[in-house]
Amino acid sequence: MYVAVKGGEKAIRNAHQLLTKRRRGDTGVPALTLDQIAEQLAISVARVMGEGSLYDEQLAALAIKQARGDLIEAAFLIRAYRTTLPRFGYSQPIDTGKMLVERRISATYKDLPGGQLLGPTFDYSHRLLDFALAAEADGEIEAPVRRTPIDEPMPRVTDLLDDEGLMEADPVSAEDAPVGDLTREPLSFPADRDLRLQNLARGDEGFLLSLAYSSQRGYGRTHPFTGEIRYGAVEVEFFAEELGFAVSLGTIKVTECQMVNQFQGTAKSSPKFTRGYGLVFGQVERKAMAMSMVDRALRWEELGEEQVAPVQDTEFVMSHSDNIQATGFVEHLKLPHYVDFQAELELVRRMRGEWFAAREAEEKASRNQKEAAE
Amino acid sequence: MTAQQKPLDEGEYNFAYLDEQTKRMIRRAILKGIAVPGYQVPFASREMPMPYGWGTGGVQVTASILGADDCLKVIDQGSDDTTNAVAIRGFFEKTAGVETTFETSKASIIQTRHRIPEKDLREDQIIVFQVPIPEPLRFLEPRETETRKMHALEEYGLMHVKLYEDIAKNGHIATTYAYPVLVNNRYVMDPSPTPKFDNPKIDKMAALQLYGAGREKRIYAIPPYTEVKSLDFEDYPFEVQKFDKPCGLCGAENVYLDEVILDDKGGRMFVCSDSDYCEERREAGHLGPMAADPNAMTLAGGTSDQHSEEPAR
Ligand SMILES: [Zn+2]
Repeated sequence: MYVAVKGGEKAIRNAHQLLTKRRRGDTGVPALTLDQIAEQLAISVARVMGEGSLYDEQLAALAIKQARGDLIEAAFLIRAYRTTLPRFGYSQPIDTGKMLVERRISATYKDLPGGQLLGPTFDYSHRLLDFALAAEADGEIEAPVRRTPIDEPMPRVTDLLDDEGLMEADPVSAEDAPVGDLTREPLSFPADRDLRLQNLARGDEGFLLSLAYSSQRGYGRTHPFTGEIRYGAVEVEFFAEELGFAVSLGTIKVTECQMVNQFQGTAKSSPKFTRGYGLVFGQVERKAMAMSMVDRALRWEELGEEQVAPVQDTEFVMSHSDNIQATGFVEHLKLPHYVDFQAELELVRRMRGEWFAAREAEEKASRNQKEAAE
Repeated sequence: MTAQQKPLDEGEYNFAYLDEQTKRMIRRAILKGIAVPGYQVPFASREMPMPYGWGTGGVQVTASILGADDCLKVIDQGSDDTTNAVAIRGFFEKTAGVETTFETSKASIIQTRHRIPEKDLREDQIIVFQVPIPEPLRFLEPRETETRKMHALEEYGLMHVKLYEDIAKNGHIATTYAYPVLVNNRYVMDPSPTPKFDNPKIDKMAALQLYGAGREKRIYAIPPYTEVKSLDFEDYPFEVQKFDKPCGLCGAENVYLDEVILDDKGGRMFVCSDSDYCEERREAGHLGPMAADPNAMTLAGGTSDQHSEEPAR
């Protein structure tokens, strides 16, 4: 058993060759192209870009293909690639108020400036398998009816409601305030909100989803309402020192979620609506929502709330949200541990010996007692 | 930034993969670790092309100290031929092109997981340990904020209580690997999951010891000839595992042995976990009681065709 892992170089080479073959599958079936993946599995691609922390649809599509559709493995490939890229600096903050909006909904206001825009969504669809897709032919799809573009601006819902002081304002930081970056500095606790949001943005969708869900079921209640979800393209700008002004690097598609939470006030803070914030690459709406709920829950200290639930525990949440770290450590159990197991074998043998000896001694003693009594 | 075709080739990587800025950052952490023996120095661990938990800390430390004229040995479970040792050695052959070896005495840097070679290391050697959980207090207190405080205040009562409870319950300390040590009479340190058999080797070792934990983003170090004491009690002194048989292949005694199952009828033998040590002894003519059994030889991975996989360079 133990020696089986002493396979050496040849076994590894052969295993990887077999993987290559299995990855490709039946060669009678055409190979996937990166464009097919990027175009038709866009939400997988967006998840890999988000959790892999690199916005590049073609690279994410390649990673998904190489990983046989294993999205965590794909995000890992992207992370490992990303770490080798030179850093030029940090972009300007993106302005989601100027987003080219494809979808925008609010659950708190029936109507608001710019209106609601349902956009491409699974919501309200009947989840019935569409067997017609199984034999989908190439070709044109009927053009959807879309709202004629209007010039009306579409301000973020949280910018609309400030005149009464009912809604907490966006925190303002100095223009030249340093940006925390947990890929450059080791994380230490307590962690400020910028680092928490960065951690959540890179975090595992499933982990955040479950944490957010737990907060809805009584483990750290945050009374959330979806103030707004918007999805669309925003411009990324970079301030070029040499030029003295910001230049556009291109556009990225993001989903932003502003969760609005009823808040009864504490000694530290007046009653008002507080907010949780979520921002992810692409249309990964579920994660944007979960992120905003977890973000809000993690703000308990600043708002003077009590810490009662796992979702509020910054160290617990931030230490376990990264699926690249998590999968590595869980899966490392596949590595040989026979030296340590040998040490444990010896210990358990010894402890068993002691246990049986003690039991035998006890039985003997009780037998003697019984005999003496008779 | 939108979907456009890019050159997707692997590209050129820097010597030993990491860029020089990153190496400098890691070397600073190493120097700090050497200055404060046993103290866990936080560092901005990078994402490596192997998974967390598979040696990313050790690999980053090795990459940062490796020079073109170094000779590298990589072992896992004491052996150069275990799968992960093969993968990590291959990584450095590919990205750094350095000379590699199976021979302990020939290596200038030895990266290891779970073992320390049987042969005494020298002053001109560095041993790099892969560390999964650097915090010796972690399973007594899960919070980093708390354990850092405990180290700062030298508040190690919890650890002694744990060891005491072991004795009260079992009559002995039930920790067989990752056995905690006190470094330079100051910091309690996790020696990584090496069996406690290896603990005496890290006391006053001539070689520099570097410990890297990638996922947990910590580096720590033990400078040469530093006093390292395994925690114990006066009336329950620290003891290492003892094997009642010598190595089945080379007859070595007082070395750490692997148990090898020979058949499905309970047949087993014990062989050196340090495969290079065992091989060298056999070449020098030492033979154990099972050495004549060809089946045993093959199962233990001790066949001569292992030599053919020795790196040529
Ligand atoms: Zn031997």
